[in-house]
Amino acid sequence: MKYFLLVFAVIMAISARSAQAQTDLIERGKTLFRAADCAACHLSSDGQTLSGGKAFPLPFGTVYAVNITPDRETGIGAYTDEQWLRMMRTGVDRNGRHLYPVMPYTSYTFLNDADTLAIKAYLFTLKPVQAKAPENRLPFPFNQRWVMTFWNWFNNPDRRMTTDPHRTPEWNRGAYLVEALGHCDQCHTPRNFMFGLSGKAYAGTVQVGWRAYNLTSDTEHGLGGWSDSELFEYLSTGYAPHRGPASGPMAEAIENSLRYLPAEDIRAMIVYLRSIPARPNGPQRGKRVPGASGENEDVGRHIFQQACMGCHLENGAGRQSDWGALKGAHSLSDPAATNIIGVLRTGTSIKTEHGKMAMPSFTKAYTPQELAAISEYVLGHFGGVKAQIEPDRFKN
Amino acid sequence: MRKPRDIGAILNRRAFFRGTLAFGGGMLLSGMIPGLPGAQADTKGVFIPNAFIRIDRSGGITLIMRHAEMGQGIYTGIAMLIAEELEVDLEQVTLEAAPADPSRYTDSAAGEEVTGGSASTRDSWLPLRQAGAAARIMLVAAAASRWNVPPESCAAQHGQIIHVPTGRTLSYGDLAEEAALQKVPEKIILKDPSTFRLIGTSPQRLDTKPKSNGTAIFGMDVRVPGMKIGRIMASPIQRGRLISYDSVAARAIPGVVDIITLQDVIAVIGDHSWAAIKGLEAANPQWDSGPHAAVSTKTLMDDLRRASDRTGLVAKNTGDVDAALAACSHRIDAVYELPFLAHAALEPINTTLHIRPNGADVWVGTQVPVRARQEVANATGLPPEKIAIHNHVIGGGFGRRLDSGSIGQAARLAKQMPYPVKLFWTREEDIQQDQFRPFYYDRISAGLNKQGRIAAWKHRTTGSYVTARWAPEGLQNGLDTDTVDGAVETPYDIPVQRNESVQCEPEGLTTLWWRGVGPTHNVFVVESMMDELAHLAENDPLDFRRSMLGHSPRGLKVLNEAARKSGWGTPLPSGHGRGIALHYSFQTWAATVLEVQVTDDNAIRLVRADTAVDCGPVVFPDAVRAQIQGGLIFGLTMALYNEITVTNGRVDQSNFHDYRMMRINEAPDIRVHLVPDLSADIGGIGEVGTVAAAPALANAIFAATGHRLRKIPFLSQMAGKSA
Amino acid sequence: MITIRINNESHQLDVTDDMPLLWVLRDILGLTGTKYGCGVAQCGACTIHIDGIPTRACQLPVSLIGDRHITTIEAIGNTREGARIQAVWLQNQVIQCGYCQSGQIMAATALLRDNPNPTDDDIDDAMSGNICRCGTYVRIREAIHQAANNA
Ligand code: FES
Ligand code: FES
Repeated sequence: MKYFLLVFAVIMAISARSAQAQTDLIERGKTLFRAADCAACHLSSDGQTLSGGKAFPLPFGTVYAVNITPDRETGIGAYTDEQWLRMMRTGVDRNGRHLYPVMPYTSYTFLNDADTLAIKAYLFTLKPVQAKAPENRLPFPFNQRWVMTFWNWFNNPDRRMTTDPHRTPEWNRGAYLVEALGHCDQCHTPRNFMFGLSGKAYAGTVQVGWRAYNLTSDTEHGLGGWSDSELFEYLSTGYAPHRGPASGPMAEAIENSLRYLPAEDIRAMIVYLRSIPARPNGPQRGKRVPGASGENEDVGRHIFQQACMGCHLENGAGRQSDWGALKGAHSLSDPAATNIIGVLRTGTSIKTEHGKMAMPSFTKAYTPQELAAISEYVLGHFGGVKAQIEPDRFKN
Repeated sequence: MRKPRDIGAILNRRAFFRGTLAFGGGMLLSGMIPGLPGAQADTKGVFIPNAFIRIDRSGGITLIMRHAEMGQGIYTGIAMLIAEELEVDLEQVTLEAAPADPSRYTDSAAGEEVTGGSASTRDSWLPLRQAGAAARIMLVAAAASRWNVPPESCAAQHGQIIHVPTGRTLSYGDLAEEAALQKVPEKIILKDPSTFRLIGTSPQRLDTKPKSNGTAIFGMDVRVPGMKIGRIMASPIQRGRLISYDSVAARAIPGVVDIITLQDVIAVIGDHSWAAIKGLEAANPQWDSGPHAAVSTKTLMDDLRRASDRTGLVAKNTGDVDAALAACSHRIDAVYELPFLAHAALEPINTTLHIRPNGADVWVGTQVPVRARQEVANATGLPPEKIAIHNHVIGGGFGRRLDSGSIGQAARLAKQMPYPVKLFWTREEDIQQDQFRPFYYDRISAGLNKQGRIAAWKHRTTGSYVTARWAPEGLQNGLDTDTVDGAVETPYDIPVQRNESVQCEPEGLTTLWWRGVGPTHNVFVVESMMDELAHLAENDPLDFRRSMLGHSPRGLKVLNEAARKSGWGTPLPSGHGRGIALHYSFQTWAATVLEVQVTDDNAIRLVRADTAVDCGPVVFPDAVRAQIQGGLIFGLTMALYNEITVTNGRVDQSNFHDYRMMRINEAPDIRVHLVPDLSADIGGIGEVGTVAAAPALANAIFAATGHRLRKIPFLSQMAGKSA
Repeated sequence: MITIRINNESHQLDVTDDMPLLWVLRDILGLTGTKYGCGVAQCGACTIHIDGIPTRACQLPVSLIGDRHITTIEAIGNTREGARIQAVWLQNQVIQCGYCQSGQIMAATALLRDNPNPTDDDIDDAMSGNICRCGTYVRIREAIHQAANNA
């Protein structure tokens, strides 16, 4: 009897320990899941589940995010560990079909086994949701998934990240966060003719209608002019004084991912970002034309006062909160006004520790001419950039 | 003859006073005042001569307001009518909203207790002065008997009775108890208008001081001890059902106390609005889309267009219009379209209720207190007498609160709660669940004779019959006269005219009255068409109209006045244009000239408006001006910007970023010129300004650019032209 | 616990960080003069002053206020410009339904303080964020001019 009790206690202790290990694994998976920002793409339109459905209009067609809840039929519930690793690294799904590289497996491929599987473990704890993603809408030849095989030859390194012994552990941590988990290059590196990442790493580019800015150390075009504390603020809250708020996809990345990272991870990312060699490319900061203003100055100003000033304040300093501060925002230096047009067309929102900060779309009540005029006004007035924006860019 | 609850009577009562208004001064009347027989004194010696006045011993004078104050200034206007005859100053009175009580506050013309149709002053003009005079006569009698002098030797002024020969005075408070014992007078002599002290002046409005310092209590501001606050969300598609929601997530929001549902509604109740708002977001209700999921603006439009091919109910027919049209040397055949519109009053829908097993209190701003009470009775099974409606000042009505459905919805939810609760709609809910001004699809044909005058006119309107839902007994042989109001009786001499109306109800949307009702719809069509015909006749739009106003001398007067004041005919800078519109609505004549500038890229700037108004006797001139100014901006906002559209059964618009409101930097300078005919019937005013806005604007844009706009809203169409 | 200063009084609040000031005022403190019209900073009905700057309370999380000072419509009459604006508002009979007017008065007061003699353009600039569905704009303009002239 005594013996039996002892055995029982030992068994209990072991299973308790393994239960603890399982909990730890899931916790770790959740942290990694956030760092990898899976939600950015896979969150459903109501923002409640990871059942996918979001459309990605790409130059060659529209791809839809899939369901990554553990539903066996429509989600990832049937994946074995092995299948999972293969999918995350080579972009080949459970049924042997090639994924399109909107799924950043060319970044996730850098993740080690343990981390990749921890993410899976976490996802498997979620409530399964039955939801089938819409069929991708791609013209020939892009609807031929086998084409991806060739694409992968050129574009997928398919290898794990190794520690660079010449760099500090912090730099190495930063590299892992930026390159593998954060897959920052997927947005910020220009694509080559094959829609693979070009050699101009982090030089900034336009993706899905938004400009992802230059993250290299270039002082004029990139982050060279940003202080560490500005970067830290921006990455962890979506806003830095005199740098404006993050919007669009970057706001989502901060909302779903970066704001959950521990401070030391953000610092490590900054260390790594600082080491990216300068590449002059994209809109230039601080290139002000004094008194710049568009032709429709009056129209733009009037509408700004009606619809925009309530949050941004007449001087662009932001009224209710810092997230409304326009001054210094990257998007105000872009004469193409890509992101200004983006926020006016689709709106933007970001969750912060003070609640949700949001801007709605203005295309239903204002005409394309008026929206073009606001864009010109904002660029001229706050960015010192003289621009001529075609109203057509506000048409669908 | 006019039936009680005739919708024409409720909303545009031109027939009503026609028979009764011949009094200039000193007309004898009796026995017509609701509530007069109820004169009484209670034990505390309060004098209640009728349903509208209460005078207590300490001299407190309370006037009971039968009509709802929604910004139109009616509290002041009708208080003036009572105070004029009661001989008290406005500073002496306290105002109180009437309860729901059909026995005392029924508007005899409308057949119910209602505020709408620009009718409040018209309906009060006589009875409320009588109410004041009756009370005054009783106070005089009381003083005379106290002093033992003939009543003729006494006079009333400033809340006192004076014995003229001796100069002795008694205050109304002193006389309250004895006045209550006096006989209710059988003959009431009203003051001669030449002796009016208040009527025709513009005193400080009585409701606005508390509105200037945050102390006015709108329905939204009601706070009751122990009250919770709930946010309501109804199925975004009509007749959809609530299928699920996340109760755990909602209850995890700090401050959430309850989740209450109906088949198609969910309300999350919290300690404060924020808990309710966040709680509902977290509840993430899922709806079954129901039978109307395929409805879109296009399907609704197709229905209307198809319906408009039918012959409608005939509202007017003089001569053989088709033959007359065929004989015309020049003719125009046109289609005009007016969109669905939301009311978008600035105060969103809200109701505060405390429902108990044996009674209920309801705090709400409503234009129809008795209907509101009935809604609560239906929802709870309580007898109406056990339900008290406390009416509040309303943050903008514009017709929205003629419907009490939202109060019934709130009652069905609140009866599930043992505590008092304020239930509110967010702005998004307020726009998406509104009951919309109907879409109208109008076919019109008109032709000119050789002299360039109108020879034939045929107008068929197609749209929803609000009357059929709101007051079906008001239909006249099936016709909703509101759909042709302003079309049948135009100001012009038209020899051969035919008006038809086709009913076509929009699938999945509910429709309701909207500021300016029928005339806002029809005057756009009529006055735009007049402009089109003037140009066809190569005539000046003003002269063209003038030549056909033989039967409308008051129309000619306001038209000339607006033209003169606006400088009609004087040169304008290039890109500018003036448009004119004339109408007779709500028993009032009005003409508006609007000047606009259209820029090279077709931006529209409103420069200046001149409106001339003849509404008969004017009670409160400043309020008339304010209503014209505000009404015009309301109408211009619609004409430039507004339409409610539908996709997959859901309303596309949700808040002011996509349902645009005019701002101060777009508002024109507006001048109002009063040219009243004091011997005429008294007219309404609250909706008059809105009526002329769209046609004046369309005509001005045409004058500036040559573009004829036959479809509202204008801005997006003009923008399309420049692209 | 968050401490904020409103109309010269300190309040200790036990609310979540994200709660907009609007609901704190209306539901917790009973200051219902500040109105809810849209909740998205489009209408201006909820305008209050924060260190004198007109601000939309519906989009102002209470945790972002810090020790800055809030003034609401209930206390704006204690300032010289506020009392002045309220007075000319009544004289010119600006107010109709009144639901927007707390916000209008707060915006106009700030304008008058910063600019004792505003032009029509200045008025448009300062007041365009405040919707009045009743259409009182013409009188708002007149009243502000009057306030300036007699200031
Ligand atoms: S409620 Fe804050 S701006 Fe409308
Ligand atoms: S007075 Fe009614 S909204 Fe401005």
